[in-house]
Parts: sequence; structure tokens; C-alpha cells
Amino acid sequence: MTRASLVAIAAADGALIASAVPAAGERLVASLSNHRVMITSNFVGEELVLFGGIEQDAASRPRRAGYDIIVTVSGPPQMMVTFRKERILGFWVNADSRVLENAPAYLAVLSNRPLDAITNTETLRRLQLGLDNIPLLQRASVNIADAASDDPFRVAFIKIKSEQGLYREASNGVTFLAPALFRASIPLPAEVPVGTYEVDVRLFADGVQIARTPAPFEVYKSGFEQVVTAAAREHGVLYGLATAMMAIATGWFASVVFRRD
Amino acid sequence: MQIYLPIADLPVNVFVILAMGLAVGFISGMFGIGGGFLMTPLLIFLGISPAVAVASVTTHIAASSMSGAISYWHRRAIDLALAFMLLAGGIIGTAFGVWFFTMLRAIGQLDITIGISYVLLLGIVGALMVAESVRAIIRARQGKPVELRRPGSHTWIHGLPLKLRFKRSRIYVSAIPVWGIGFIIGFVGAVMGIGGGFLLVPMLIYVLRVPTATVIGTSMVLTLVTMASATVMHAAVNHLVDALLACFLMVGGVIGAQFGARAGQKMSGERLRLLLGLLVLAVGIRFAISLVLPPETLYSIRALEGEL
Repeated sequence: MTRASLVAIAAADGALIASAVPAAGERLVASLSNHRVMITSNFVGEELVLFGGIEQDAASRPRRAGYDIIVTVSGPPQMMVTFRKERILGFWVNADSRVLENAPAYLAVLSNRPLDAITNTETLRRLQLGLDNIPLLQRASVNIADAASDDPFRVAFIKIKSEQGLYREASNGVTFLAPALFRASIPLPAEVPVGTYEVDVRLFADGVQIARTPAPFEVYKSGFEQVVTAAAREHGVLYGLATAMMAIATGWFASVVFRRD
Repeated sequence: MQIYLPIADLPVNVFVILAMGLAVGFISGMFGIGGGFLMTPLLIFLGISPAVAVASVTTHIAASSMSGAISYWHRRAIDLALAFMLLAGGIIGTAFGVWFFTMLRAIGQLDITIGISYVLLLGIVGALMVAESVRAIIRARQGKPVELRRPGSHTWIHGLPLKLRFKRSRIYVSAIPVWGIGFIIGFVGAVMGIGGGFLLVPMLIYVLRVPTATVIGTSMVLTLVTMASATVMHAAVNHLVDALLACFLMVGGVIGAQFGARAGQKMSGERLRLLLGLLVLAVGIRFAISLVLPPETLYSIRALEGEL
């Protein structure tokens, strides 16, 4: 599937949702415990908490099966490459690869029960919900395509990111505290990259999406970490000279301290 | 104690980094090698990205070799003239190496070339050193005098023109093989991302017949200059040098290098060459095993940082 046809399908989807779902009475509000996650020298990860409530008004119909929440947290996009080893001349070397143009650096899909229990697979696919349905554009040589969800490169990429704690799908990530009040915990491991994180909260009832709200947050470096990063980026040559001088001074100092004769 | 590294973007245990610096510093002080071929895989194993690991290790090696070089300087075991002649060839070799690296990446043959050349280089150099030093040790055990200058040692290399006298090393050789060795070290270092000390030491010993006493100190001066300039280049071009990581590595490294240099001076030349040969061979075999055995996972991922 090419990029153009994907866009076309997405546009068609929008029209379909608008016509099939009448304006529901529920309104969704959500707020994070912290909108700015600060990385300092003792940063070892953090857990953000998202609180949300569902407001009903006169137009709200009683929901037989109750409400469902799906929260998708996606980190800044990164250009990644997935390698596959093959045996060449008896040696196992990276032979084939796929470049991912815009893979989110962090991805968490949190819900109050398994995604396929909330709605049908067709809707999940259309709304790009869950690790299986997140669009990951892959480039092999010249073609750019969103690989099928069972593409081996795509499966391997998601598996490795999950092992690093950067991708996750948790069907117990959202807890309802009261019928219209919920809480979601977003675990950020120490390796999270800096940048803007999009949080997309979707409210479902009877398998249909009835409301949606964003709650973005930012991860940034501060203090010493920020000074070092800025120096390395903006004054590369000076930073390099200073580092090299530090190395020479350290070496000289050690030889003075340890000199016995 | 965990500390967050600003450029590598992850927290590490300070004591693990210090201990790694200490261990690799000891080995580098003892043999006069940079130890990059040991340190870089260790950092990658901790989860640091290969690009940041390679760039930050250059800083660590600069510090260790500075500390080691001063020790050898006090023992008058450095041949500065030889070091500068090697450096002249090394700069040209590095430029060719960078060009070759870019070309290999363009035709997509980089990984297999690096993998196979690691195995061949480490395997052959290690095996040759082990064989030679074992022969020398056996000769010494049998009470035969150690032949420092064998009768047949005047090969065609000594017939080349442009002869120079290197006083400290007590050798009289043509400048051409000196430049040639410098060129090879620079080329291999740029292509394979190593300082090349483990190659330089045996080449100086076997090709130029530099006595073991001045070989290590001279090799350290060369390593110091190349690694200090590599730090500046990596920082200026790729912004990948993690000063905090390098700082912890070098504190452990310089202390280790001091003890290593002392341990090295106490040992006989043959024994030192045998140990270095075994170390190089072991790393080569480790590489060969990882290349030949089916890997646990076929897939790996990497971030592209401004490449392509």
C-alpha cells in the first residue's frame, strides 16, 4: 500500500465515522500528573499518571456495557533501521534491512480490558489502535510502504522495542475508579528520548468511539545534563577540544600522583 | 550509584564504568595498546549506542595513553623521532581509510567486511605472536642466548633507500617502511574503528626490529596523538562524545594504566608478547564464534543519527 492510498483510506474513514456516529452526549476530560518530565543526573525513569472523567448530560443514553478507555502514548518520531542477519560465506552478517522513517521512539497502548474485547478488529485497524495496527512506514531500497502487521521486520522491530520497555500494550493499564472516573499509569523507562509525547485518550461505549481528547507532555533535560548536551550540539569543536584537554590533564595528573621515583 | 549520561541518554552505574576503565587501563598500560577493541564492545553490552561508545572511547584512550606515555618518558623508553615518522604515514592512511569506509557503506558491504577483517586480523596477528613468543621462551629455557638480531634479519626492507637513524631505538632503517606501517595503522583504524595499537606493536617489533623496550612507549605517543584528534573530530562532526562517560572511564583508565605499565616493565619481552598474543587471539576467536554460530536473534535495530 502506498502513502497516497493510505491517506485516501484515512479520509474515507473520517467521513464514515462522522456519518455513522451521531453526536453523543458524553464529554471526555483528562489531565496528567506532570506535563513536563525533567531529566536530571539522577533520572532513572518516571511513572506519569493520567486522570480522566466522563461527563454525561441530558443527551447521554444509558450504556449497557459501561465505558471503555484506550490511551495511546507516542513519543517523538525517530528514523530507525531494522537489520536481519543472513549466512554469507559461512558468516552471519547483517544482510537485509528496512528503514523506518517515522517510528515513534516510545509507544504505549493502555486500556481497561483487552482491545479486541472493547471493539472489533476492523475498528481497531481503522483507528490504528494497538501495536498491531500502528502505522510503521518501512523503506526497502526505494519503495515506502506500511508493512502488513505480520511482516517479519515489523514484528521483530516491535518485539525488540518491547524488550527495551519502550513499546508496550497493557490491557490493565487503565483502571476505572468509579463508573465515570478512570486512571492510567504511563511508565517511562530511563531510556526515553527527549521531545514531545502525544497522549490520545479515546472513550468507547458498546464498541463505538464516542469521544476523544489529547493530553500531550514533554520530556526535557535540565541542569548539568542540559548544559552538556547544548555544548556538544552547538559548540562541537570547542566541546571536543575541552574533552581532549580534560583527557590529557587527567593522564598527566595521574602520572604525577603515581610517580614514585 | 546510578548517574544519567547526557549524550548517551541513559543511566549507568558509576562503579561499573570505573571498574571497566580500571581493567582496560591496566591492559593498555601493560601492552602499550589503546584497548579500544576491548572497551567498545563492553560499553555496547551496557546498552550504549555503538556510535557514542566508539566516540567516547577515543577520549578514554587519549587519557590512558597520556598517563602511560609520561611513565615511559621518565624511563627514557620513547622514540619521538620514530613516533613522528609513523604519524606522518598515519594521517594519509586515515584519510584513505575514511574514503574506503564511505565507499563500502555505499555499496552495502560494510558489515561483512568489518566482521571478516576483525576475525582475520586478530586471528592471524594473535597466532603469529603466540607462536613467535613461545619459540623465544623455549629457546630461553634451553639456555640458548636470545637472538635479538638474528643473522637473517637483514631482509629486503633494510635495502630500501632514504635511511634514517633512530637513536633511541638503536635502529637504522629506511623511512619507507616506517611510513608504510603508519599508513596501514591509520587505514585499518579508520575502517575498523580501532586505535591499532595491537597491530602497531608487533609490526614495529617484527618488521622494523625496534627493541621491545622502546616499542610500547613509542606506540603510546602515536595512540595519544591519534585518539586526541579523533576526540575533537568526533565531537565536531557527529556530536557523539559523552564527556561524562569519558570522564568516569578515564579516571579508572589512568589509574589502571599506571599499574599496568609497572607490571609490564617487570615482565620479560617474550612473556609480554605471549600474553598480548593470547589476548588478541582470544578476542579474534570470540568474534569468529559470534560470526559463525547461528545468532540467538536474527534481527537488530539501530537509530539512524543523521546518516544517509
